[in-house]
Amino acid sequence: MLRFSVDRIARSCLALALGLGSAAAFAQGRVPDTIAQRVQACVVCHGEQGKATSDGYFPRIAGKPAGYLYNQLLNFRDGRRTYPLMTYMLAHLSDEYLMEMAEYFASLHPPYPAPQSPAVSAAVLDHGRLLVQEGDAKRDVPACIACHGANLAGVAPALPGLLGLPRDYINSQFGAWQQGRRHAAAPDCMAQITSRLDMHDIGAISSWLAAQPVPPGLTPAAPATLRLPIPCGGVPQ
Amino acid sequence: MLRGLKIVCALALAAVLVLVGKEFVRDPGSDQPSVPVADAAAQVTQGAYLARAGDCMACHTVRGGQEYAGGRAIETPFGQIYAPNITPDRETGIGEWSADDFWRALHNGKSRDGKFLYPAFPYVNYTKVSRADADALYAYFQTVAPVSQPNREHALRFPYNLRPLLAVWRALYFRPGEFQPEPGRPAEWNRGAYLVQGLGHCAACHTARNALGATSASAELGGAIMPVLGWHASPLAADAGGELAQWSRQELADLLKTGVSARGAVYGPMAEVVRQSLQYLSDADIHAMVSYLQDLPAVPPARARRAGAGPEHQALLAQGAKLYDKYCVECHQADGSGAAPAYPPLAGNLSITATPPVNPIRMVLNGGFPPSTAGNPRPYGMPPYGQILNNEEVAAVVSYIRDAWHNEGSPVSVIEVGRYRQVPPD
Repeated sequence: MLRFSVDRIARSCLALALGLGSAAAFAQGRVPDTIAQRVQACVVCHGEQGKATSDGYFPRIAGKPAGYLYNQLLNFRDGRRTYPLMTYMLAHLSDEYLMEMAEYFASLHPPYPAPQSPAVSAAVLDHGRLLVQEGDAKRDVPACIACHGANLAGVAPALPGLLGLPRDYINSQFGAWQQGRRHAAAPDCMAQITSRLDMHDIGAISSWLAAQPVPPGLTPAAPATLRLPIPCGGVPQ
Repeated sequence: MLRGLKIVCALALAAVLVLVGKEFVRDPGSDQPSVPVADAAAQVTQGAYLARAGDCMACHTVRGGQEYAGGRAIETPFGQIYAPNITPDRETGIGEWSADDFWRALHNGKSRDGKFLYPAFPYVNYTKVSRADADALYAYFQTVAPVSQPNREHALRFPYNLRPLLAVWRALYFRPGEFQPEPGRPAEWNRGAYLVQGLGHCAACHTARNALGATSASAELGGAIMPVLGWHASPLAADAGGELAQWSRQELADLLKTGVSARGAVYGPMAEVVRQSLQYLSDADIHAMVSYLQDLPAVPPARARRAGAGPEHQALLAQGAKLYDKYCVECHQADGSGAAPAYPPLAGNLSITATPPVNPIRMVLNGGFPPSTAGNPRPYGMPPYGQILNNEEVAAVVSYIRDAWHNEGSPVSVIEVGRYRQVPPD
């Protein structure tokens, strides 16, 4: 369940990239002096405007809180998250430039893709919904909505929304936490929570999340009054 | 007759033993005293600058780790060498070292306890460093934040893990000696030679190595495949009439200082060198390096010329041309002239046409960004087309750009592309 197919990634990316080559060549010396042009390297996997697709592996980055995106760029660059191509891409870029990239993608709100149709039973979906909305107090697992917002849209500046992400991507992030391939600044709250979940829980959560339609105009909530049930190094409190 | 042969053999063996044995006691320069300085603060500043010039951080700092605390694995064909902690921690770093100990390591490749250092620490180059500069580096490293982090044992295969055997390597390949300016050359040229041959240790990547990992003087800066990492370090010595000879002084200076230029951009390991080292050098030092590099004796390029144009080859190039029109032309232009400095030209670009064709294959597969530098803080990126093109398509488009315009690179095979798809991009 935590594996993904390279072929599938390739195919879904191909669909995205077909739009890339159609533009006419720049007149020499007239490359647009824009952040959009500078980050064309990102959209080949993350989609035009970072909107991704619902059936691929690569996550949507558009509209995620800038602080979250910035933290992840630093985590890849500095080796706390393991994905060799991302680390290679970012290895020699400055903090300031990564922040500019994060703010750019955070400012984009292209439409979300249609939700994935779940490939699991209603009972599994219901288990997923329960964990997302209520957590499991017996196992000390907080509800997803306790941090990621009541509507799961995320909370500025550093908590990501959880809707509109591919199931495979969500699964592989839980897998990365369990195997120590994804870290955040200490205390690494998601690593702690993940250690209390089993494969059945993870599959249920990802299936339910990926099956939710995303309401139009969904944006991260303002940071106003959020109190985290568990301390997270990446989220200033 | 037999007796005579025995004597000759015994003498030869004795001579070898003497030469090798000498390495254990040989400490040239050990009598060279420290150079007293009046201004200690200025010496530390100078040392910090020289540590940049030597790119000490590249090996002695692990990704995301504390500066100079060591731990980064240097991949070699003989196994991994873990760079040591060179912060002034007394237990695990070089806090107990004296300026003389530091000088001996740089100049003579021996540790404080007299053990031979592995030449992954480029003392073959650092031996050129002057005593005054070594003292400044020492003074600087004594001021960085001490970090308690024990050194990690190297993971070298037998027999390379037997450190005393380095005596043989040293007897064969290591000649300690400070840089001696060439009389009759301008001061700028000599300064450039000092930086390139010494702290810059350009030869560590740009000069081919033999089976024992020694760089070859006859191929000095003629370009080389970087073992294990699988990038091609471009030739720095121009071939007569070749692409490099056409670079202007300013173009080469731009590349070294900012990572981009009118003729090309740096990627992969060289992006790290520009980001951590060269961008911090003064314009005077950059220009000094350029004047030395542009005056290097020419090295004939290892280049496989265009193969015969069979029908199969033509079909490959035609497929490549189509892919180029679809994916590449927007930035790199129909005539391959690019849109520098954002997008480098591909026509007449020696990194594209070099043999072996590692760099264009890896660039098409993985894309990348030149480094953020003071002169180019927000570089434009190249997408990782390996995500959407299969090996055959990559082979076609790389073959095309190696052959199009006036380029004269040989076609690349699907197998070569497949090989580099397996190499981790980072």
